[in-house]
Amino acid sequence: MVIRQKPVDVVLVGFGWTGAIMAQQLCDAGFNVLALERSASQTTPDNFATTFDQDELRYMWRHHLFQNVKYSTLTFRNNPMQQALPMRHLGSFLPGTGVGGAGVHWNGQIWRFLPADFQLKSHNEKRYGKQATNGLTIQDWPVSYDELEPHYTQFDLVCGTSGKAGNLKGAIQPGGNPFEGMRSQEYPTPPLPMTYAPAMFAKVAAALGHHPFPHPAGNLSKPYTNPYGAQLGACTFCGFCEKFGCGNYAKASPQTTLIPYIMQKSNFELRTECEVLKVEKTPDGKTATGVTYIDSSGVQHFQPASIVVLTAYQFHNVHLLLLSGIGKPYNSQTGEGVVGKNYCYQTMSSVEVFFEDKILNPFIGAGALASVIDDFNGDNFDHSGLGFIGGAYIAALVTGARPIEMTRVPKEAGKWGLAWKKAAAKYFLRSFSISVHGSSYAQANNCLDLDPTYRDQFGRPMLRMTFDFPDNDIKMAKYCTDRATDVAKAMGASSVTPKAQKAPYSIVPYQTTHNVGGTMMGDSPNTSVVNKYSQSWDVSNVFVTGAGLFPQNAGYNPTATLAALAFMSAQAIKTDYRKAPGPLVHA
Amino acid sequence: MSPKSPSKFDRRSVLTLGAALGSSAVALAHDGMLGAPGQDISGTLPWREGETDAPDAAPTGGWTFFTGAEAAFITSAVDRLIPADPTGPSGSEAGVPEFIDRQLAGGYGQGEHFYLNGPWAKGEETQGYQSRLTPAQFYRHAIAEIEQYVGNANQGKAFKDLDAHTQDALLKQMESGTLKLKGSVDSKTFFTMFLQNVKEGYFSDPIYGGNKNGNAWAMIGFPGAHYDYSPWVTAYNRRLPVKTVGLLGRRGWTRG
Repeated sequence: MVIRQKPVDVVLVGFGWTGAIMAQQLCDAGFNVLALERSASQTTPDNFATTFDQDELRYMWRHHLFQNVKYSTLTFRNNPMQQALPMRHLGSFLPGTGVGGAGVHWNGQIWRFLPADFQLKSHNEKRYGKQATNGLTIQDWPVSYDELEPHYTQFDLVCGTSGKAGNLKGAIQPGGNPFEGMRSQEYPTPPLPMTYAPAMFAKVAAALGHHPFPHPAGNLSKPYTNPYGAQLGACTFCGFCEKFGCGNYAKASPQTTLIPYIMQKSNFELRTECEVLKVEKTPDGKTATGVTYIDSSGVQHFQPASIVVLTAYQFHNVHLLLLSGIGKPYNSQTGEGVVGKNYCYQTMSSVEVFFEDKILNPFIGAGALASVIDDFNGDNFDHSGLGFIGGAYIAALVTGARPIEMTRVPKEAGKWGLAWKKAAAKYFLRSFSISVHGSSYAQANNCLDLDPTYRDQFGRPMLRMTFDFPDNDIKMAKYCTDRATDVAKAMGASSVTPKAQKAPYSIVPYQTTHNVGGTMMGDSPNTSVVNKYSQSWDVSNVFVTGAGLFPQNAGYNPTATLAALAFMSAQAIKTDYRKAPGPLVHA
Repeated sequence: MSPKSPSKFDRRSVLTLGAALGSSAVALAHDGMLGAPGQDISGTLPWREGETDAPDAAPTGGWTFFTGAEAAFITSAVDRLIPADPTGPSGSEAGVPEFIDRQLAGGYGQGEHFYLNGPWAKGEETQGYQSRLTPAQFYRHAIAEIEQYVGNANQGKAFKDLDAHTQDALLKQMESGTLKLKGSVDSKTFFTMFLQNVKEGYFSDPIYGGNKNGNAWAMIGFPGAHYDYSPWVTAYNRRLPVKTVGLLGRRGWTRG
């Protein structure tokens, strides 16, 4: 039996960052909005209180705030020659679960992509010739940086982002990132103060001719009240942001910025423990009628809605489109189709830096406490003769020093035994890591589709990931890690361990939760799943949010960009779409 | 166990039972919320009085998962991975064997966050753990197979009776995967899991049974579960005047 629920204007599938943005925007515009969240409600005092939040084992290693693969996983292989097997334990990436989603346990690194990142293919081919993009299936975005700028600013105002502008309305500002796109206004709050390692890094990088600046942070430098009346506190540098909730209301998250406002709206409702199985369509397949979901007691419901917005994590949005028959599935053998195409990641490298004589106290940290250079990101440097495109930001990033994960020792000390123990005791306070946060570009084999063998707990085919690092990105990682190593050595380190990313990609060691692509946006239904307003080309009352929209990934954290895209989509829904429901872009 | 545990446990048991009696299609569970009922929420996110999601401390006392022989293997292996010396506690001095014992008896050991359904295949190293066994089952198989190997090669001796040099050599063979066991266990997979669990026990909060009195944290200079370092952000190049503290405080705050 399927219980038929009362119709709503808008149903949101998932209630993390983009669900919260959509709910706020569309409720304010007068739509009746229902958010379906497959997991539980979670709040700051109940779930991440400061009295028990600083617990590395429980949150990081026992996955307390992460998606539980026991009930929801995917299969993985490096290439089409292999058999995909289930990801039986989380490792490489850590999607969230529950209200707030991964927005609860993110670091709060709030980056904008570079203007040239949005014209990736045409820009690089113009500057370096057509052969520069050989072997890659990268695409231009259908939006420009300038179109997105007001929405980036909206997100900064929601979060109260701490930072220093490098480009204010076209004028380069000292102390900021000189390579960034134009900002229409200064950051809402000033940058975080720097601990020893990032302060030293900035000084040395500047002496080498680079352009250091403070990392834009969603861990706030001072108390802030956002336009929705949510009050955030100042960060206390406890060093438990990534993989943890913030008990201090100092990290921007759906809970600390938008949910308190949304919940007061009489035209909003949240239904937890309800997992959407499918988007339902009219017989002609052109219009969604709503969604079918299953509640925690196993009862199925049909939820009618005029508009369906997929606001779940990237994997789940791709999965739902495939299971619902919306858009043509990508086939990596023929190159046809679009849903699941251009799955990309983030090419993460690092340089571990050890000193004999300097006490760094790396446990004093915050998710975005860093000095950064952007001199080797995107196309901020001349790639002629380098054999790759793209780049990375290089950051002396001190998110904290949780000792199970971050007790670093020089290579020769090994991983156990007396030499390891002595080195751990000596270097814990005298080491840190430089993060080399690289772009990830698409190639034909890398994709998401439905697994032919494995089924999930509801009997549906699992999502299958096929991924390996393209040669382009491995060359980029080597080059940018070498540049980071140059800075590390100039800091007077006694020992430096460069860890440039290498192929093959492994799903085991933690790298980053920046899974992108698969529902990419574009100018044509032949090359993309949705248009620039995140609207499905095939079913015009279905919208999709999240990093799945990216045709490929830039050398930055994705959250601010996916948030800006959600604001832009909401803007289109409440204006043009509301006036004339139907395709907002004609193919 | 913390005083609130019994009621929490009862609630979970009731809900699990409810789920089992309900639909056969679903055993929907989310961490800490096994079979929680769906909620229609508006007005505010609910504050759940008395249900704050605080962790449960590990029980004290004897072995809860390991047999005596298994515990002997684990204890001697742990003390090769983190040996005794004046720098700080050895693995067993820090309570790492007890930590692993409690973890294997608990949700981690039971595979609470593992997908273990079939079909099963060996797979590539890049595809990660592919066993159908829970971590607890996997330890049990692995220890038995290692002890069988050790006994065959050393006139029936157990791992604990070997000299340190021989123990280290065996551990290195497991680390590289060159130790070929007779059963189904891949020695490298076991070593990787074991070393990870050893580091977890050494450096996690003392409430989980390892890192006794925060001594492993004190050894490296990690102050523990501190909430506020703002006075020291720009105190460059010096040790902070703060003492190591865990979620339940530190020695000196309580008796015993």
